[in-house]
Amino acid sequence: MRKKDLEKKDLLKTVIEELNGGEPAKPKKKRAFWKVIQIPALAILTGLILGAILIAATSFTVYDAFKVGFFNGIGTAFAEVGKAYLGLLTGSLGNPVEIISALIYGDAQDVRNAINPILESLVQATPYIFAGLACALAFRAGLFNIGVEGQLFMGAAAATFVGYSLTGLPAIIHMPLAFLAGALGGALWGMVPGLLKATTGGNEVINCIMMNYIAYRVTTWLLTGPMTRPGTGGMPISPIIEKSAQIPQFFKTPIRFHLGFFIALAFAALVWWILFKTTWGLNLRMVGVNPRAAKYAGLNITQVTIIGMALSGALAGMAGGNEILAINRSMAIGLSAGYGFDSIALALLGNNHPVGVIFAALLFGVLKNGATKMMVVSGTPIDIVTILQAVILIFVAAPAIIRAIYRMRQPLKEETAAASFTLSGWGGGK
Amino acid sequence: MAPILQLKGITKRFPGVLANDHIDLTLNQGEILALLGENGAGKTTLMNILYGLYQPDEGEILVNEQKVIINSPTDAINTGIGMVHQHFMLIPVFTVTENVMLGSEPVKMGDFLDRPKTSARIHEISQQYKLEVNPNDYVKDLPVGVQQRVEIIKLLYREANILIFDEPTAVLTPQEADDLFSIMRSLVKQGKSIIFITHKLREVLDVADRIMVIRRGAVVGEADPKIADKNKLAEMMVGREVNLVVEKEFKEPGEVVLSVKDLVVANQFKQVMVDHVSFDVHAGQILGIAGVQGNGQTELVEAITGLDKSASGKILFKNEDITNCTPRKITEVGSAHVPEDRQADGLVLTFPVAENLVLCTYYKEPFAKGVVLQYDKILENSEKLISDFDIRTPSSLTPVGSLSGGNQQKVIIARELSRPIQLLVASQPTRGLDVGSIEYIHKRIVQKRDEGCAVLLVSPELDEVIELSDRIAVMYRGKIIAIVDAGNVTKETLGLLMAGIIPEKIEKEQGEKVVEITF
Repeated sequence: MRKKDLEKKDLLKTVIEELNGGEPAKPKKKRAFWKVIQIPALAILTGLILGAILIAATSFTVYDAFKVGFFNGIGTAFAEVGKAYLGLLTGSLGNPVEIISALIYGDAQDVRNAINPILESLVQATPYIFAGLACALAFRAGLFNIGVEGQLFMGAAAATFVGYSLTGLPAIIHMPLAFLAGALGGALWGMVPGLLKATTGGNEVINCIMMNYIAYRVTTWLLTGPMTRPGTGGMPISPIIEKSAQIPQFFKTPIRFHLGFFIALAFAALVWWILFKTTWGLNLRMVGVNPRAAKYAGLNITQVTIIGMALSGALAGMAGGNEILAINRSMAIGLSAGYGFDSIALALLGNNHPVGVIFAALLFGVLKNGATKMMVVSGTPIDIVTILQAVILIFVAAPAIIRAIYRMRQPLKEETAAASFTLSGWGGGK
Repeated sequence: MAPILQLKGITKRFPGVLANDHIDLTLNQGEILALLGENGAGKTTLMNILYGLYQPDEGEILVNEQKVIINSPTDAINTGIGMVHQHFMLIPVFTVTENVMLGSEPVKMGDFLDRPKTSARIHEISQQYKLEVNPNDYVKDLPVGVQQRVEIIKLLYREANILIFDEPTAVLTPQEADDLFSIMRSLVKQGKSIIFITHKLREVLDVADRIMVIRRGAVVGEADPKIADKNKLAEMMVGREVNLVVEKEFKEPGEVVLSVKDLVVANQFKQVMVDHVSFDVHAGQILGIAGVQGNGQTELVEAITGLDKSASGKILFKNEDITNCTPRKITEVGSAHVPEDRQADGLVLTFPVAENLVLCTYYKEPFAKGVVLQYDKILENSEKLISDFDIRTPSSLTPVGSLSGGNQQKVIIARELSRPIQLLVASQPTRGLDVGSIEYIHKRIVQKRDEGCAVLLVSPELDEVIELSDRIAVMYRGKIIAIVDAGNVTKETLGLLMAGIIPEKIEKEQGEKVVEITF
């Protein structure tokens, strides 16, 4: 049949293909790539536009300008929005003028300071990468892990404990040990809802939420009781971890950029490899997409579900452990800024793909880091960024809106199925 | 006589697909028009347009020479068009009367339902069109054939004049189908008009007054059932010559490969679905299991393939006990399974063709080394199977869900038959497929049998079972009520068996010997 097709293909086409290097497969791949990222990309664009409208609409400067005249108002609105977004950009990615001049003068300290905003964005993105991977892996296995927050707390507690209680170990052993303790804490916490789902059919969404509550209280108890810092009189804070357990920061304070970022990237690569290159990953994905076919193919669904939740929990635990070992150096109650919940949205934005998760995490890191600067330079409230994030995610979750705005064609049935399985994961699906 | 219904130049486009291409159709009063076409030919789209579920991009609909616009099924009913769906739209725990009145309930004394009035009307209708039903029976207690009558009564109650039957015989026994055909004839005799959608050639020739063949969204021709023959129609449908008869030579059966002994399987509600069933399947032999859907075939197959647990009894594979083993174990001893529901069980639709082609073997050499998948080997395997089994797919990496039903089934057949197997369990291997794919899959199954593989074939399509099988077991209400030699059994006998009429009686009435009766 193939041969026949070749014969039928007209000469012109063949010539064009030859001219293009005889590789008709390549443009197809490019198109597939665009297909994957078009919705998130357009969602971000639309989110920024809506954010701009919001910034203008909440600025009194703009209203005052409108009192003077219509065009004055419009001009001021654009100026205000520009100022705010410029603040956001320089806050998160640095000021290009400063960076260039620092590079010209070549003073190492100046260079570091100039690029610190970028580095700080990466620092902010690190826990998002870990937590996002946790959610993405669970989604791929057909599980809705809303318990990342709790697993993160338990991972942090375990890493902290190993970090301060063991002394006299060399860093090459102590640091990985503390980090893995964090992973183990998260894994055990994540395994419980997995076990309940696999054996009793208990809905993992409900059980994860409950495990979150238990984790909050358990860590509070730990920090005020067994793990409290001596001499604080029961303040909810742990002792400072040993030097040997700390994940190193590369530069002097205030630059916090640390090795953990690269560990996160390494784990993203590892998750990608497991998901797409190994039989384990195929097992996870098969159970996630079609448990009946997985059973037909001979898989033990119970086992895969438990392993899936445990792996997801381990990644969540790393998010917590990494923050303690690299940044905080001791554990306090207000450890997480809602990483566990943001990560669900983040995994969705990243299409449950490790590479997508990295980019989504970077976006979140940039927005979070730039928000402060934005507030300082333009007086735009920090909360705009939260709204911006929310709007972007709504567009990603409801792609029909984006399709309507940009007049894109409806996707074929199987494409929808591939894209929407995240959302249908609610309630454990079928 | 003026036509009661006319479709003029109906065109419907979906992104990338021209589902209906300027279709003209005329239905005269009092005739049965058969709409024949393969799956995906556009029959259903056309009927959904007529029933108000889609709007045509071009063209118009005329009822009684009046142009109408149908925006919803309600509009359709109001213009006198009614549809008997393949899957009944009935509420099982309601009585016939309640089901019929639902949606247009007559009331008395304010807001009280007037059941007697409806019952009386149903009684009238069933007298007039010879549709025997008891208006006070609960729908759940009725056999499928009678449930279908309720569907028809629903339409007549709403005074539909044009009735559309969408693949109505899929769920019926041959006898029930014959009953339906006589009902259809009595309906047209009394002035109703019928559009009958099907891809079964025999039925078309039996019942239609006129045949219209659709292929790839366009009308390819009309035929007169009095002079048309099966091969000619199949050729029109598929667009090439089709061999409808499976060529199969006699083969001496070999050793027993699969032996089922006194098997009992219960469903999740603890109802016995497979009731003390015993049979053997020999190497080089096809044992067909005939029976109306829902008589325990699904549960039997699931127990044999390990997807479900059996309550008691034994399943032996070459004397090795595989009762209640895991599906993986059963696959590994050398059996293959073509599942009944290919999309739910047999394929992961979002996965590429290549991965679906190794769905049962991906964890073993050469497709995996340790835990690392060897994608070069997986793709190599896929390229080979795609060309060996003529799977029409843009590439190995295309998600299997975007292939047509026939090609999806070919993916399963390729995967299962390409392994070294001694037993093939094929459950409805051609369900919903077009004539061309059916022909191909039948050939492959017979080829496997000729290679010495034991085949257990389960199908509600009597023609398929008779043509392929060497022996036929008939299942009725969970029991195998007879195992007969496929060579000397008539369709009528099998039809009676499928309806649960016991073999001794047939033997007496028809003087025909039924072999190997097991209870």
